[in-house]
Amino acid sequence: MTDATSVDEAGATPPPDEGTPPPGGDQPDWLPRITGVGESVGRALLVPALALVLALFVGAIIIMVTDVDAWRIMGEDPLTALGQMLEGVGVAYRELFFGAFGSVRAISETLFTATPLILSGLAVAIGFRAGLFNIGARGQMFMGGLFAVWVALHVELPAVLHIPLAILASIIGGGLWGGLAGFLKARTGAHEVITTIMLNFVAAFLVLWALKTSVFQEEGSNLPQSARLAESARLPPIFGSEFRVSIALFIALGAVFFIQWLLFRSTLGFEFRAAGSSPRASTYAGMKVPLLYTAVMFISGALSGVAGATMTLGLPPYSVTSNFPGTIGFDAIALALLGRSHPYGVLWAGLLFGALTAGGRTMQAAAGVSVDLVIVMQSLIIIFIAAPELVRAVFRLKPIEEGPTQMTKGWGA
Amino acid sequence: MALELRGITKQFPTVLANDDVNLTVEPGEIVALLGENGAGKTTLMNVLFGLYSPDAGEVVIDGEPLELGSPGASIEAGVGMVHQHFMLVPVFTVAENVILGLEPLKSLDWIDRSAARRMVLDISERFNLAVDPDAMVEDIPVGVQQRVEIIKVLVRDARYIIFDEPTAALTPQEVDEFFSIVRGLKEDGKGLIFISHKLNEALEVADRIVVLRDGKTVGEADPKVATEGQVAELMVGRPVDLVVHKERADPGDVVLSVRNLVVLDDRDHAAVDGVSLEVRAGEIVGVAGVQGNGQTELVESITGIRPSLAGKVFLAGEDVTFEDPRDIHRRGIAHVPEDRQEAGLILDFTVAENMVLDSYYDRPFSRGILMDWGVATESSQRLVDEYDVKTTRVDVPVSTLSGGNQQKVIVAREFDREVKLVIAAQPTRGVDVGSIEYIHSRIVQERDEGAAVLIVSSELDEVIALSDRLLVMFKGKIAGEFDPAAATTTEIGLAMLGSGPDND
Amino acid sequence: MTTVLESSQIVDKNRATPEERRSSIIGAVLIALGLYVFWAFGLRVDGDLDATFNLSLQTDRFKDLAWVVNARWLSIAVAAILVGLGTWRLTRSALRWTNISLAVGFGLFSLAFLAWAAAGSQFSMVGMFRSTVILAVVVVLGALCGLMCERVGVINIGIEGQLLASAFAAVVLSSAFGTFVGVLGALLTGGLLGLLLAWLAIRFHVDQIIAGVVINFLALGLTSLMSARILSDVQSLNAPARIPAIRIPLLADIPVVGPVLFDHTYFVYGMFLLVILLHLGLFHTRWGLRSRSVGEHPKAADTVGINVYWIRYRNVVLGGVIAGFGGAFLGLAQVARFEENMTGGIGFIGLAAMIFGRWMPVGALGAGLVFGFARAAQQKVAILNTGIPSEFLLMLPYVVTIIVVAGVVGRTRPPAADGQPYIKQ
Repeated sequence: MTDATSVDEAGATPPPDEGTPPPGGDQPDWLPRITGVGESVGRALLVPALALVLALFVGAIIIMVTDVDAWRIMGEDPLTALGQMLEGVGVAYRELFFGAFGSVRAISETLFTATPLILSGLAVAIGFRAGLFNIGARGQMFMGGLFAVWVALHVELPAVLHIPLAILASIIGGGLWGGLAGFLKARTGAHEVITTIMLNFVAAFLVLWALKTSVFQEEGSNLPQSARLAESARLPPIFGSEFRVSIALFIALGAVFFIQWLLFRSTLGFEFRAAGSSPRASTYAGMKVPLLYTAVMFISGALSGVAGATMTLGLPPYSVTSNFPGTIGFDAIALALLGRSHPYGVLWAGLLFGALTAGGRTMQAAAGVSVDLVIVMQSLIIIFIAAPELVRAVFRLKPIEEGPTQMTKGWGA
Repeated sequence: MALELRGITKQFPTVLANDDVNLTVEPGEIVALLGENGAGKTTLMNVLFGLYSPDAGEVVIDGEPLELGSPGASIEAGVGMVHQHFMLVPVFTVAENVILGLEPLKSLDWIDRSAARRMVLDISERFNLAVDPDAMVEDIPVGVQQRVEIIKVLVRDARYIIFDEPTAALTPQEVDEFFSIVRGLKEDGKGLIFISHKLNEALEVADRIVVLRDGKTVGEADPKVATEGQVAELMVGRPVDLVVHKERADPGDVVLSVRNLVVLDDRDHAAVDGVSLEVRAGEIVGVAGVQGNGQTELVESITGIRPSLAGKVFLAGEDVTFEDPRDIHRRGIAHVPEDRQEAGLILDFTVAENMVLDSYYDRPFSRGILMDWGVATESSQRLVDEYDVKTTRVDVPVSTLSGGNQQKVIVAREFDREVKLVIAAQPTRGVDVGSIEYIHSRIVQERDEGAAVLIVSSELDEVIALSDRLLVMFKGKIAGEFDPAAATTTEIGLAMLGSGPDND
Repeated sequence: MTTVLESSQIVDKNRATPEERRSSIIGAVLIALGLYVFWAFGLRVDGDLDATFNLSLQTDRFKDLAWVVNARWLSIAVAAILVGLGTWRLTRSALRWTNISLAVGFGLFSLAFLAWAAAGSQFSMVGMFRSTVILAVVVVLGALCGLMCERVGVINIGIEGQLLASAFAAVVLSSAFGTFVGVLGALLTGGLLGLLLAWLAIRFHVDQIIAGVVINFLALGLTSLMSARILSDVQSLNAPARIPAIRIPLLADIPVVGPVLFDHTYFVYGMFLLVILLHLGLFHTRWGLRSRSVGEHPKAADTVGINVYWIRYRNVVLGGVIAGFGGAFLGLAQVARFEENMTGGIGFIGLAAMIFGRWMPVGALGAGLVFGFARAAQQKVAILNTGIPSEFLLMLPYVVTIIVVAGVVGRTRPPAADGQPYIKQ
């Protein structure tokens, strides 16, 4: 390698990751730190904001196009039909907004929904930081939740001990399930994207089976549904039993600060980030990359596992059904990307998605627009965030020279 | 009739690689394009060949303007390029590589394999370039791969051929052979551009020398009259001293002892096949050889990165065969890896983070699991000053540094502690002359302070200049040992080809 | 690839070569399997019970072919062979035949398992093999889609979404405008999603795995949304005409082979044809040579004037069309209606089949049949009363996938430039 090497590389090297604060860490102004977007706040927030606007716009078109009733009268009276479509969009988005922020209950719902999203979003984010793509948050939630439910049903303790023990169980359950994928990656090179997705299915069937065994099932029932959890294991609501938001929110906030500390202040986090940026150089520097893969997947799985615990121990009526993770495991990916794999970014993104989903539920009930629209909007947000050039082109902004954002590795054979 | 580059300018995000460069080549002429690493030679040629689009300038071939930014158009216009990193698909046969892009067809899209073989053999016979058309490229030696590259160019009827650092991976004998091929092509009326940073080769083969510095043409020289010193000064912009200054070695105890080491490569072939060697304190042992003869695996195994299949490695008398890289590192090994950007540094990490990349886990940089970035930053600042690393701050990504300064970051990190053994692989590859001088003097300094030094390099001149004792590796074995002060390059070259005295 | 070692060089061996290690691990696995077969199937089955494997269907020309075998003795024989095979692996460092031993071992294990499950009752062997082929179709087509993309260096993790969206398109369009339009729409849908992937990956350098995940979400969200908003309202849009099987004269009458291979819808024949075409195409045509060069060393392809971007676009879109074909089969022939998230991970199983098949079309077919077999056996065993919870049988294909990607196949070598964006300056 000679001559243009340095020139070539300079041309092809991606710019510094905006999410990483300099190791000195003494950044004076609070805004970048709290938003987790690095130095140029305006630039970093612009694209996510525009991505949201674009997603809402495309969502509106989808609502209009799928308005069956309006299409029925389109032939005779296109103007009325069009008006009806637009009104449909208006109603849907109004309900979406009020469902998210319109009342104390709405805000409680937003926070309640955001809680597991933040936790599982952190799980995906820490994976990204170490170069691993954990699509298995769903399966890890299943296992974490199942372990927590077992403790809730079969251990008798006062709440101050019962809740921590159940959470610990969820950490172990989710951690083992995630760690398994990490271990397979480390030992055999099996790509985590495939193994985690497959483990999602396996976990779902395991939970379905477990909920039908006498260990979990309510006596006399034959539905795959657990018995009511012990009072002492239920996560207490913050604002009284009328509102669903529980102390799980504080657990999620604690996790945000913990992961922030872990990634940027601890040796382990340094190793995670090194392995994520260059496994080869990390190996040369004496780090045990396979071990790191297993460790980071354990931590990632543990975070998802806690998310699973909040969806079991913190979900009235405290009787667990067979699909308690819902779509959270997948929303987590969008969220980690939106938050640029930064803990604080994930926090804000989690609140946003919490609002979207909580509002989406109201929208579905009141405006008849399926909550699946939220999935579509989330995938659009990922596209726009991952392809910032696209957003810039749509809004005719000046393009910025940016290298490719390759967050995952190939098959790594 | 000529190939002309006029006012070529190419700006990369951080560097102006070419700044208004002009160059003319006529048929039947060999022009040597000389310049330091990073002078912009390869960029210029990639522009000519259509791999890069320039920001300004034009190329005119035999009076016709060339469509820029398209290799297809350049090939069409009669430009061929033999790339430094061969543009060959390793899992294809020689014939498949040659016909790629101009496949002879039987019917529809079906490839006519016998016609393909004939195309290869025709050129191969006409220009005396022996190759086996059915061999898999990954299985043939580098010298033969280069012949395949040349055949690829000739099959496309190129009238102007660019050779980018063609001698970098060849043995001295192969270089001579290569020069005779080049002269043959010149006789045939081809216009040739020969890119190099090796002065003696340019002086030997070229009709005209053009020197590039910092992206600009800074002068021309006539190889018949110019001396190496004059051209070198033109390249670097100041008088340079091409000799490594060192005293006679005074070898002490054995520090590194490798016995019958066998190491597998990624394809499970025995890349290192029974190597034994010793390095003593206060001596520099060089390992020469064409790349891909097991040097990489040897170094990786000694440093604990790649487990060995058989054999033993002793460090200061202790068996370290089964130790992991960190333990070996802690025993006082400084390792400058061959692949700076992939293995030596984490490019999107900051200078400071890279400075502590293999010592972060211990005091003073961390206590328990808690990193102390304050100490790390201070220490990095000190190293940056001490090792003359040119960077604005220590919290910028190391990718923003030039190749030479990146290498200095590694050297600083590795040398800044009690070192018993230095292992440096390709320590000056892709590095500017100033940094080369500096790195060489640092390595000699380590030796003089009593460290054992093992240098692995495919640049024969470099190992000869640095080493006190020289080993040659061929096909995973030590193919000869030489006194670099006494041996001739011919002798060493023969060993690199596997025909040394110790080899069958 | 064998290790080149001269024994004289080995003075003291530090470790086994990866191949030796693999051989002995597999030996141990085979012995364990053998002992398990002996204990679980040999000892615990009623010694008087015969398993009846039916070798013909009621619709066949030659009916009532069957193989009756004593379940206990069959299991014991299988156990003996497995232990023997494993011991041979362990004692001789026999480096060859590793994969074949493994395949034989798992085949025998399956046979013993089925004999145990079917002891005292009837089991339609031919029915199971027929289902194997049918259930393999989507997996194989998914794998071929993945292979088309990865051979040119683009990782496609969105196969799942392509299958789902094209199945939706096939069902709705077929219900509204007939089968032909339905299939065409599915091909188009798959192709368009391929185009989206290529566009994101090539034009915007979006991380390919993320782009693929987005396609999965988009397909899931859009089809679920439309299913909820439209199909639940207009039931007639979710009622495609079922596609009839085409019995190939004479061939279909061959016992066992006929019903298994020659009595299917045109999708199944299409799959076999595609496998052959792609295999010949990849390794013998200009298209294949150029495609592979782009996946292995895009810069080398660029330097000889091959348009890397164009080839990537073209193959990724064609791959999408193949996935669309698979989606059409799923929606019109295999299930014949649309259900939310009806793919249930099969696209990812296809991806695993592609890896298992080492990026070769014929390999993908073989791997697809293995997965088809796992699912077919699961369906047939679920009917028998074995006491195994159905959830565990349902897990089987996913567990098999994990085992496969975790390296039963040994070391594989993906195209060298797989997943790497190609950027021109």
